[in-house]
Amino acid sequence: MTLTLLLFPFVAALIAWLIPSNRWRPWAIPVAGIIHFPLTLAAVFFADQPYPFEWIGLDPAGRLVLLLISIIYLITSFYLAGYLHYRLERPNRIFVTCLLCLLGTMTMITWSRHLGIMWVSIETTALCTAPLIYFNKTPRSIEATWKYLLIGFVGIALALLGTLFLAYSALHAGFEPTLVLSELLHNAPQLSKPWLHAAFVLMLIGYGTKMGLAPMHTWKPDAYGEAPGAVGTLLAGCVTSCAFLCILRIYQICSAAGEFAFISPMLLFMGLLSMAVAGIFMVGQQDYKRMLAYSSVEHMGILILGLGLGVPALFGTLLHLFNNGLTKGILFLTAGNIHRSYTSTSTDVVRGALRRLPVSSALFLTGFLAITGSPPFGPFISEFSILNASFQTEHFIVGALFLIFLLIIFIGMGATVLLVVQGDDPVTAPRTAYREGFLTIAPPILLLVLVLALGLHIPAPLNDLLNSAVKFLENQP
Amino acid sequence: MNSLLNALLVIVLALNLFALGTSRIMTVIKVVSLQGILLGIIPLIMEEHLTLAAIFSAAAAVILKGTVIPTMMMRAMRDVQIKREMEPLIGFLPSMLLGALATGFALLFASALPLASEHTTPLLVPASLATIFAGFILLTTRAKAITQIMGYLVLENGIYIFGLLLVGAMPLVVELGALLDLFVAIFVICIIVNHINKTFSSLDTRRLSALKE
Repeated sequence: MTLTLLLFPFVAALIAWLIPSNRWRPWAIPVAGIIHFPLTLAAVFFADQPYPFEWIGLDPAGRLVLLLISIIYLITSFYLAGYLHYRLERPNRIFVTCLLCLLGTMTMITWSRHLGIMWVSIETTALCTAPLIYFNKTPRSIEATWKYLLIGFVGIALALLGTLFLAYSALHAGFEPTLVLSELLHNAPQLSKPWLHAAFVLMLIGYGTKMGLAPMHTWKPDAYGEAPGAVGTLLAGCVTSCAFLCILRIYQICSAAGEFAFISPMLLFMGLLSMAVAGIFMVGQQDYKRMLAYSSVEHMGILILGLGLGVPALFGTLLHLFNNGLTKGILFLTAGNIHRSYTSTSTDVVRGALRRLPVSSALFLTGFLAITGSPPFGPFISEFSILNASFQTEHFIVGALFLIFLLIIFIGMGATVLLVVQGDDPVTAPRTAYREGFLTIAPPILLLVLVLALGLHIPAPLNDLLNSAVKFLENQP
Repeated sequence: MNSLLNALLVIVLALNLFALGTSRIMTVIKVVSLQGILLGIIPLIMEEHLTLAAIFSAAAAVILKGTVIPTMMMRAMRDVQIKREMEPLIGFLPSMLLGALATGFALLFASALPLASEHTTPLLVPASLATIFAGFILLTTRAKAITQIMGYLVLENGIYIFGLLLVGAMPLVVELGALLDLFVAIFVICIIVNHINKTFSSLDTRRLSALKE
């Protein structure tokens, strides 16, 4: 079953490549999602053999991310089928193939217990996503893709150097050089400290670039702004979660080595910096898709901040990973609908969307309330839990700054969102043939239901999964 | 064995400076491919008993970095009017001097690093650091898309040199996966470069400035 889950997305990609019809090919995406989801559920909840191989296996942290990816992918896949139906004038062979390969490489990341395989998979996600960002083939999207690739590659190269440093820290301590996670965790206390520190810094910067932490976030507004909305969902919800999983790996190794005191200030600093930068650029932001990109920078910052607070915040941080991924889905999908109707992402043109696209706009507005941490939605619970942990661990200044940045972001983001949805639909604004249809409305509604449900009650299986992941990351047996 | 290894690494370092000092993009492509070939050969002279896997991965690296990638880059160059790097952020002579300075510092810095005893004599660690730095200079100070990619390849070569210290840590699957990724990356980048050239009538990445706050 392991092999089925790991390999079938690539087989599906091949089949999609061979389907000749531009009209029917997009349906390969939801079909893959429908196969992936039950296989994931079986692997996550019913697997008795956790590590069938030394290099490939699903540990609790991997399970959590795999479940998240599979849910977001399944829901987004139907939207994508609807979206590509509106864009039949454009050939979608490369787009669909790359999307299915992306699903495969992301699944691979969650299964890899070898840091080398993990790194190769992360690099492959960058390659699979580049043609997705470039789908519209405008000068702006070329520019965005170029920046995404160049900054992404340099970041990934640094992560590779960090990975090699980690292997060297084992070699310097007198072990065989290894990148197998279980061996590194087992020998963690003896690893050579200077090399471990250097490895952590490089991997934080490298995988942080993939996550989009400030100051390595510069590709993010460009890529998210130019990519189709559904691709933004997958980038902001799934790819960033995979990069976060990579940082969780090095976090776990450093914690096992007793180096938490060394990494904590760096994580806190990066987290707060990302929130601050996001806040600065969100105030007065005139492009609502770029605004969502900065919101993603903010939430990556919150995740890293939560990690820096250590064990008390771990549960909240992992829950926030879930909440962020699902809520970003609502925002990007509905922003995509608005973009489709107005052909613009600027608030100079887009006004009064609530009149033109009532359902999408209402969802967009609700998604904004959810992502900024308003009760009763999921992000409120997880952000509150992280805040609670900051006071519990006596990081009072961090907690205060966290609140201040959240407030600034709420105001900044609110101003832009209200401009988009409120007011009269100007007569001069361009209007396309797009009408809200089932396939482009139902997925964000479903995501909203999930986000609301997570805010009201965390289901027991998910709760157990989160607890086992926390226990795993604390290095308890 | 160490003296031969060091001699090869000195050539690699000299190639860095050569790539930094020239304005002809074609020369940079050739220099970087030569560097790739040398680095592909090094694992073969380092190993006492050669395994089939080692020979296979070395051959793959030499073919990819020595022939496939340069051919792809030269094809991308074919349609471009301007064959020289114009107005780099840091001039050719200053960037060469900077590269030489960085090489010196890398030598000093590596001697201060806590290295395993068997790694103190060969130049592997300083060569790795100096090459990474040279790659960064090329990547950040040049304006043409192709020279920037060459900078990325030099950076990747520098990391590869460090990887030579860690025989056994990277299984063959991962090494081949990394090479395959590199190939696809260059392939994708060549397509993008082609589109940049068509859309902006130039390979000057400074023209890519529509997206900003």
